Amino acid sequence: MMSADFLLELRCEEIPARMQAKAADDLARLLGEALGAAGLKPEGLTVYATPRRLAFIARALPLSTQAVSEEFKGPRTSAPPQALEGFLRKTGLTQDQLEDRDGVWFATVEKPGRATADVLAEAIPQVVRAFPWPKSMRWGDASLSTESLRWVRPLQGIIALLGNEVVPFAIEGIATGRTTRGHRFHSSGEIAIESAATYADQLRAAYVIVDQEERRAIIARRAEELAAQAGLELIPDAGLVAENAGLTEWPVPLLGRFDAAFLEVPPEVIQLTLRINQKYFVLRDESGKLANAFICTANIEANDGGTAIVEGNGKVLAARLSDARFFWEQDKKTKLADHAQKLSRITFHEKLGTVADKVERVATLARWLVEEGIVGASNTSVTPADAGVQAPTAQPQPATPLDSRVRGNDEERKALADLAEQAARLCKADLVTEMVGEFPELQGLMGGYYARAEGLPDEVADAIRDHYKPVGQGDEVPTAPVTVAVSLADKLDTLVCFFAVDEKPTGSKDPFALRRAALGCIRSILGKQIRGSLTIALLSASYLWYVQARSSERRSAFAEAYFGLESALGKPATFEQVVAFAEARLGVDDRQAAPGHRATRDLLDFFADRLKVQQREAGVRHDLIDAVFALGGEDDLVRLLSRVHALQSFVSTEDGANLLAGYKRAANILKKEQPEGGKPQSQLGEEDPGEALTDPDMAQAMREHEAHFAAAAPAYALEPAEAALINALDEAEPRAEAAIAAEDFEGAMAALATLRAPIDAFFETVTVNDADPIKRQSRLSLLTRIRAAVHKVADFSKIEG
Amino acid sequence: MQDKASTPLSFQQLILTLHDYWAAQGCVILQPFDMRVGAGTFHPATTLRSLGPDPWNCAYVQPSRRPTDGRYGENPNRLQHYYQYQVIMKPSPPDLQDLYLGSLKAIGIDPLLHDIRFVEDDWESPTLGAWGLGWEVWCDGMEVTQFTYFQQMGGFDCKPVAGELTYGLERLAMYIQSVDSVYDLVFNDAVGDRPAVTYGDVFLENERQLSKWNFEVADTEKLFRWFRDCEAECQASIAANVPLAAYEQAIEASHVFNLLQARGVISVQERASYMGRVRDLAKGSCEAWMKHNGWAE
Repeated sequence: MMSADFLLELRCEEIPARMQAKAADDLARLLGEALGAAGLKPEGLTVYATPRRLAFIARALPLSTQAVSEEFKGPRTSAPPQALEGFLRKTGLTQDQLEDRDGVWFATVEKPGRATADVLAEAIPQVVRAFPWPKSMRWGDASLSTESLRWVRPLQGIIALLGNEVVPFAIEGIATGRTTRGHRFHSSGEIAIESAATYADQLRAAYVIVDQEERRAIIARRAEELAAQAGLELIPDAGLVAENAGLTEWPVPLLGRFDAAFLEVPPEVIQLTLRINQKYFVLRDESGKLANAFICTANIEANDGGTAIVEGNGKVLAARLSDARFFWEQDKKTKLADHAQKLSRITFHEKLGTVADKVERVATLARWLVEEGIVGASNTSVTPADAGVQAPTAQPQPATPLDSRVRGNDEERKALADLAEQAARLCKADLVTEMVGEFPELQGLMGGYYARAEGLPDEVADAIRDHYKPVGQGDEVPTAPVTVAVSLADKLDTLVCFFAVDEKPTGSKDPFALRRAALGCIRSILGKQIRGSLTIALLSASYLWYVQARSSERRSAFAEAYFGLESALGKPATFEQVVAFAEARLGVDDRQAAPGHRATRDLLDFFADRLKVQQREAGVRHDLIDAVFALGGEDDLVRLLSRVHALQSFVSTEDGANLLAGYKRAANILKKEQPEGGKPQSQLGEEDPGEALTDPDMAQAMREHEAHFAAAAPAYALEPAEAALINALDEAEPRAEAAIAAEDFEGAMAALATLRAPIDAFFETVTVNDADPIKRQSRLSLLTRIRAAVHKVADFSKIEG
Repeated sequence: MQDKASTPLSFQQLILTLHDYWAAQGCVILQPFDMRVGAGTFHPATTLRSLGPDPWNCAYVQPSRRPTDGRYGENPNRLQHYYQYQVIMKPSPPDLQDLYLGSLKAIGIDPLLHDIRFVEDDWESPTLGAWGLGWEVWCDGMEVTQFTYFQQMGGFDCKPVAGELTYGLERLAMYIQSVDSVYDLVFNDAVGDRPAVTYGDVFLENERQLSKWNFEVADTEKLFRWFRDCEAECQASIAANVPLAAYEQAIEASHVFNLLQARGVISVQERASYMGRVRDLAKGSCEAWMKHNGWAE
């Protein structure tokens, strides 16, 4: 079959650099699909993008589409004549062209091949009219109508060449041809392109390098050479290479210098000015420090070798750097504490008061996190690999003692708390500085510089600098205790406040970056093995917000109250217990407090979701996280995750799988035997026990009652398997409990594993639903006991499979 | 910057050269609008004339006031009063970029010696309810012109689209004359024993006094009242079907709002609401203008 190369060039005014790569991909995809739909298969596709053109080349494209013959099955020959007429109309044939096969009409329709040029002339205008530019516009005379062609910038010319021939068509008055234009300044007049094969070379002769990869390579290589010649090292920046390649058709990197006196400004400021504002490459000297040099990328081979261009760029840069130095000097004249005064003029969010209000809350919360020992100097730091991406089957970590809160010595803790509060009070102050006004992306970083410049302690400066971290996925997680306290307090406050005023993320919309804040908390907590109840931390944060909105007196009383409750219980309090306790002790008005509490509950679910997403990558099963979260009381993320890890190892063993099967069987029987809508008999039932039991005393009473009931000796002769199961439970329960208390979840699983054989035997030989109501009741309570024993580790009903 | 033979253009010669160039392209050379505005775009010759189907080509210098940019004459690059050179061509001609590059050559910028680039920069004016796509034009890394194809003005689609060029005259002149401070710009050339005058000779004292007035002196009570008066007068003028008069009140309100901002008496929350009020006035005037001309329902 005859074939030829096809070239399409869409020439327009300057396409934004950031849009070129996707536009090239879209063009290849859409035209490739159009060709494919016509059955045309080229040997290969190439796309080029420069600021002024998109080009598409299909190599060895068949000159016509295949003739196809299609067979259609028609009506039976005995069918009424209308059916046959309809079939003839549909196929466009006459009756004598049909074939009678065993009493059924068959038609063979021959579709001749189409000229490829016709296919292209039809397809290309459609692709151009519907091209998915992120932003497009109208222009010129045609724009009298809003229906006129839209393109990223005015479209000026179209080349469509199949072999050496122009494929004739027009889009909105722009007719195809073979002429284009070369470089804006190095070439004049029109260039007649011979064919796809000569396109790139003909344009190269006119100072246009059409291949974006080649332009990128030139920029990267030449910039390196210039750096080396100057005895400097280029700081590689692939994004900047691509952007400059998108701004030039004939890239010429040039090296310039700026006054070394500017280097007294923080290097990040200089780098931003160079990279973002001017699109210059940045260089280092041999000591690794920022060099007083830049590399710009011109679009011309200048007559004077680039001297004037370097000089001009140097002036622009000097003006910008003087502005930056002016800001740096000005900002330093005012202490951060004085800058912070102005935060009362900045709205944090219309429903949430000013940034000054936020700072006040964050300072209190940061201090509290340290004073309570939740964040301390000696938290074990773990590597990110351990924190986020630990393989569930890895060796179990040594058990952490239950009360692992770092109490440290009191003086040390007080000093740390003072630093945390001080850092928190200053952490947003740089928002009102001139520098951050000019470069918002330097928030935090500049505060750190200003803090150091005024002689504040390093811990404070570091905390101000790093408290926004971790921002992105790869971003480092803070580890210094003061930083962690401020960072966690800031994020918890943000989460609690936005949830309290019902500004939650929905779908893809997360305008206040709350998902990132929650993920940041999770990464900090896991990374630094921060122990404590998330519920209580969230409630404390929400209480601070709530109290601030009214008065500011009862804050610390509240925090103490929570911890008083916890030590009285000897274990983490449930959400309801905390709420009930808080309301009783502090006389918080029920009606007003309710939204904050509901928000906290929503927020816990939100954290659970974020944790599942974060752990998915590490291969942790989301249903197992649910199973542990469903216990209700477990909101210490570190312990929760170590429980999940143990659980995941366990359910993948044969013992685990069988125990799960036995559990499900027991749970199903119990479900059936307990009347619909009736109260569950056990506080550890599948339904959230907290829903029914809000009062801690009542919960305790129920627990005792159950224990008593289960222990009572049944008044009949036990069957052997029944007795064996009771013995096994008697033995396994205390073992599991002790192991859990020691946070040895592997041990707890091992204890549960001993139940597997007795449970299997029980189900094989014992009838639960015995005619004797005493036996039946006794066996049902044995099943309840199995369920309760298993629920000490996790809510197995949430486990899939 | 220039051919070695000739001296660089003075500030006024730069303006005259651009006038000559754009006049030769068929533009009406207008004089500045006699009201205080923040940019050349506010001139009714741009805002209102970019609406409707009639062709319109013009060029003018517009003194522009940005009270918050005042620096008491102490910053070499920032002014509360400066000049923009504005060209508007409707419908946008197919060779507008080439015409623009021709104007750079006319003022002495050689594109084979200097690196001229069109860098994406879309334009939006919330107070005018307007937006367009285009570029900032870079000369050796410096932004010298804003180049925009208007898509909407006053909330109305531009039918047809106008092309707008806005040259920052001081910046361009500093570049051409190779000076580091705006106050050192040569305003005119010496003739005989009549000496050349600098930009500083003409405007330095204005910057000092007006910065002080903008930031410290202006009576905010009166400004607030003034804003409300302009607002009421604009609405009354719309009702009286005199949209050109209404539009003047809208731009006056816009400038008073800028003054209030410079005085630091508009809080962050109020800011959005004031901008919304100015936008309503501008859009209302544009709508009245469209109706008056029979271009809208």
